[in-house]
Amino acid sequence: MVNKYIKRIYTIAIFLFLYAPIILLIIFSFNKSKSLSSWDGFSLKWYIELFNDKHIMKSLYYTLLCAVLSSIIATIIGTFAAFGIFNMKKIQRKIILNLNNLPLLNPDIVTGISLMLLFAFLSRYKLRLGFLTMLIAHITFNIPYVILSVLPKLKQMNKDIYLAAMDLGATPFYAFKKIVFPEILPGIITGMLIAFTMSVDDFVISYFTTGNGVSNLSITIYSMTRRGIKPTINALSTILFTVVLSLLLVVNKRSKSIKDLT
Amino acid sequence: MLKKYSATPYVIWSILFIVIPLILIVTYSLSTKNPINGQLVFSFSNYRKFLELKFINVLLKSVTLAFKATIICIILGYPMAMILSKMEAKLQKKLIVLFILPMWMNFLMRTYAWMVILGKNGFINKLLSMVGLNLNLLYTRGAVLLGMVYNFLPFMVLPIFTVLLKIDNNYIEAAEDLGADKLTVFRKIIFPLSMPGLISGITMVFMPAVSTFVISNLLGGGKEVLIGNLIEQQFLVLNNWNFGSALSVILMIFILVFMAFINKFDKDNDDKGGVGLW
Repeated sequence: MVNKYIKRIYTIAIFLFLYAPIILLIIFSFNKSKSLSSWDGFSLKWYIELFNDKHIMKSLYYTLLCAVLSSIIATIIGTFAAFGIFNMKKIQRKIILNLNNLPLLNPDIVTGISLMLLFAFLSRYKLRLGFLTMLIAHITFNIPYVILSVLPKLKQMNKDIYLAAMDLGATPFYAFKKIVFPEILPGIITGMLIAFTMSVDDFVISYFTTGNGVSNLSITIYSMTRRGIKPTINALSTILFTVVLSLLLVVNKRSKSIKDLT
Repeated sequence: MLKKYSATPYVIWSILFIVIPLILIVTYSLSTKNPINGQLVFSFSNYRKFLELKFINVLLKSVTLAFKATIICIILGYPMAMILSKMEAKLQKKLIVLFILPMWMNFLMRTYAWMVILGKNGFINKLLSMVGLNLNLLYTRGAVLLGMVYNFLPFMVLPIFTVLLKIDNNYIEAAEDLGADKLTVFRKIIFPLSMPGLISGITMVFMPAVSTFVISNLLGGGKEVLIGNLIEQQFLVLNNWNFGSALSVILMIFILVFMAFINKFDKDNDDKGGVGLW
């Protein structure tokens, strides 16, 4: 009995630790005054200020554009790559999978800097740091997540159906479209959603690969926090938190078991 | 045709944007800029520079801090994972979603939240002022440590939880039938079987903690210089890309050695391929 209470209290304490900062942020985004510790009445003025802030709105635009484009491109490249890797010989597959793990194992700062060096090198050929370079970086770190979520679905698939389709005269592309694709679609969508959120969340790699006045939300928040604390950031956090919450609910509905999620 | 070449665009992409950039880092780290014509000349001087005491100390400090954060995450996270793994399915699913949720919130926001709480006029000092106290909490090493634990705790809990969930209950029952008490069951059955999860947890906490520059900048206020801050400075402030590259290579090698070392404790991780979050 006592044991049960200790467990319950421990769980509550940990969740309080995880959520208290977020809840405080949300509450004080509705505060009338600039203070982030004493409550002076309800107001939406920080939200109004947020939507009137051109710099923040522009970085929101770049964040979403980059997330949409990079997750779509990474999903296309990654899905075909997973299909190719699945059909490779063992040694070849091992090499490619290790290559695939490289951006996941490398610290973000090293990935960011290595890409920055490449882009600086390419600047001789008129490639300038900006949205395009940030997009390339995001695609690069997103592809591994797509491959890692599509590959297990391919392994679960019954290979005979694909072969049967080919026997019945389907071209490889037709068989891929009609047999393989529907079978691995859940993996593709999960991969794309992970890629999307990774892109929205990224700071370090974007920080080193963008330039020319292009910044995403993370970079904007970073420069804002370095200048001091402002309730507009709270308003922004609240909105983002709501968006993430709804996205996660969608993902959760999609995945049948917890194992898919973790 | 489709089978054979569908991975080709990816392979080309990886060579262009993963392999070549890494080669560039190594090249930069092994050269210095000739002050007269700006040409790169082969030299070990960047690595020699690292051997100066102040730079070694920065690496040591980053490693110590990341190590402390990892230990705290294990102490806080392992019991949490155990409690979660033994819950009834419905509640468990809900709590896991709740557990992942903060992780999906922007990393900078989460860190910023602690700036607000720990600040001079922040929440904690507001509470403390009722008893007449006012502490300097923000911009200290403790604040950086707290930021690391807060940001990376879920990375410790989730892999351990996943592994614990898979443990065959028959082993535990068999041990109990044979007269093992709770502690023995944990020591001899549960803990050894949870090793793979614990190891991915350790890597997933230690790695971002040792290479961070954001947490130390925001919660340490620039006073706490870690290896990540040093690398950032070399690239964005001091413009010494060669030394910055050398520091990155050292960080990379350190992490590779660390992972090789820690994976020794995990006997059968052939099919996992290292990372285990998704």
